[in-house]
Amino acid sequence: MSIKKTSLNNLHIKYGAKLVEFAGYQMPIQYKDGIIQEHKYTRSHSGIFDVSHMGQLFISGGDDLTNDLEKIFPADLKKLKTNQSKYSFLMNNKGGIQDDLIITKTSDGFLIILNAACKYNDYEVIKSKLDNQYKLNLDESLSLIALQGPEAKNVLNKVIPGCNSLKFMNGNNYVYNNKKVYITRSGYTGEDGFEISIKHNDAETFVESLIENGSKLIGLGARDTLRMEAGLCLYGNDLDNDTSPIEANLKWAIPKSRIETEFVGSEVLKNQFQSGVKKLRVGIKPDSKVIARGNTKIYNDKNQEIGKVTSGTFGPSVEHPIAMGYVDNSYSTVNTKIFLEVRGKKIPANICNLPFYKKNYVKGEINV
Amino acid sequence: MSEVKYSKEHEWIKLDGEEATIGITKHATEMLGDIVFAELPEKGSNVDKDGTAGVVESTKAASDVYTPVSGEVIDTNQMIVDDPSKINEDPEESAWFFKLKIKDKSEMDSLMSKEEYEKFAKETSA
Repeated sequence: MSIKKTSLNNLHIKYGAKLVEFAGYQMPIQYKDGIIQEHKYTRSHSGIFDVSHMGQLFISGGDDLTNDLEKIFPADLKKLKTNQSKYSFLMNNKGGIQDDLIITKTSDGFLIILNAACKYNDYEVIKSKLDNQYKLNLDESLSLIALQGPEAKNVLNKVIPGCNSLKFMNGNNYVYNNKKVYITRSGYTGEDGFEISIKHNDAETFVESLIENGSKLIGLGARDTLRMEAGLCLYGNDLDNDTSPIEANLKWAIPKSRIETEFVGSEVLKNQFQSGVKKLRVGIKPDSKVIARGNTKIYNDKNQEIGKVTSGTFGPSVEHPIAMGYVDNSYSTVNTKIFLEVRGKKIPANICNLPFYKKNYVKGEINV
Repeated sequence: MSEVKYSKEHEWIKLDGEEATIGITKHATEMLGDIVFAELPEKGSNVDKDGTAGVVESTKAASDVYTPVSGEVIDTNQMIVDDPSKINEDPEESAWFFKLKIKDKSEMDSLMSKEEYEKFAKETSA
């Protein structure tokens, strides 16, 4: 299979990107400024992320669509208002996470944003669980651009007026270059921001206009350090088929109204809600400057293995190594002393609260 | 007169008499990206040619630092431990890693000259 390119490939090259293969796509890991500068620019101004490799699945048709999707996803879709978004999961029968995703209610159905590496499998799984009456469109004619940071609202409002009145986890239709674009206020960095779904042909000029207004392109490297500081999970690292949303400490994404109802994996989740879980995702802060990467083993003070790091890096804004991972539930309390095995040495660390970097999401504001 | 040579693992080594100063090349720092952590060998320890003698980590990954010659560690550069970003700024001068009292000068013979290294670096990164 050949490597796919996004509509911004030429732009990545123009701005000096180091390109790598990610989930079958040629993607920028960083640009000329490097990961730390890109990370800090997103936190202080605004960063543009090409996330066109992610799946945009539109589902429509039929009066029972909401009901039928609730048999798949644990989100409260009946309560969702048009243009409102919720974070949810596609689970397997064991309650394990096949993908984490964002569901938005559209005027004629739902839009689901899927992880790049999971999207084709998700499509097949969802299709197999739905009646033929529904129309599923994994739309590959659209690019997806994220704009994140405290200045994102001002920059985007200059290019697409009116979008700064969107509330967090809400979307709407706007017009760019006389064509419809769909914008949601959401993101993956711990900053205020937007995700813009736009036709491939318009993506390059749109991004150039964001750059003209002060934003900079940011690579996958800084996207990873930003999301880790924000305590957000990366599917494949922090979430997988053998881990449930409860174990992943994402209980907040399973609304109470859905616990007693049936959906894929509901029996396991109900059980875990009642009896608790053995392992739990936690934040980890090493005492020293040593970085514990994914797969680092975690020990207690009696030298017994109690878990594993799933993501770890140096946090450019918190200026300290940070990590997250899974530990035996009895060690999940904040400030519990643990030890990380890095290059044969046991490095002291503490269980800590997530996020490492305080969120700056906007709840919506009056047009200025 | 001091002699500077280069290894295939992207270290540079400057020899003054029996004292060698070792660091990583500019090309290495460009491949690594932003360096955020450095670990150095212990003073007084002995290191063997091509053995591990430290670690650097970028935001992306960890990489071992090897010693191109054998010897006793007589000094380490605390500056790069305290502020690893100095390695990106000045890798081939002030951001050296460690100094060795070398065992066997002939170990220098198999290393590359500046011209040879530049050619090697260009070929391997292409």
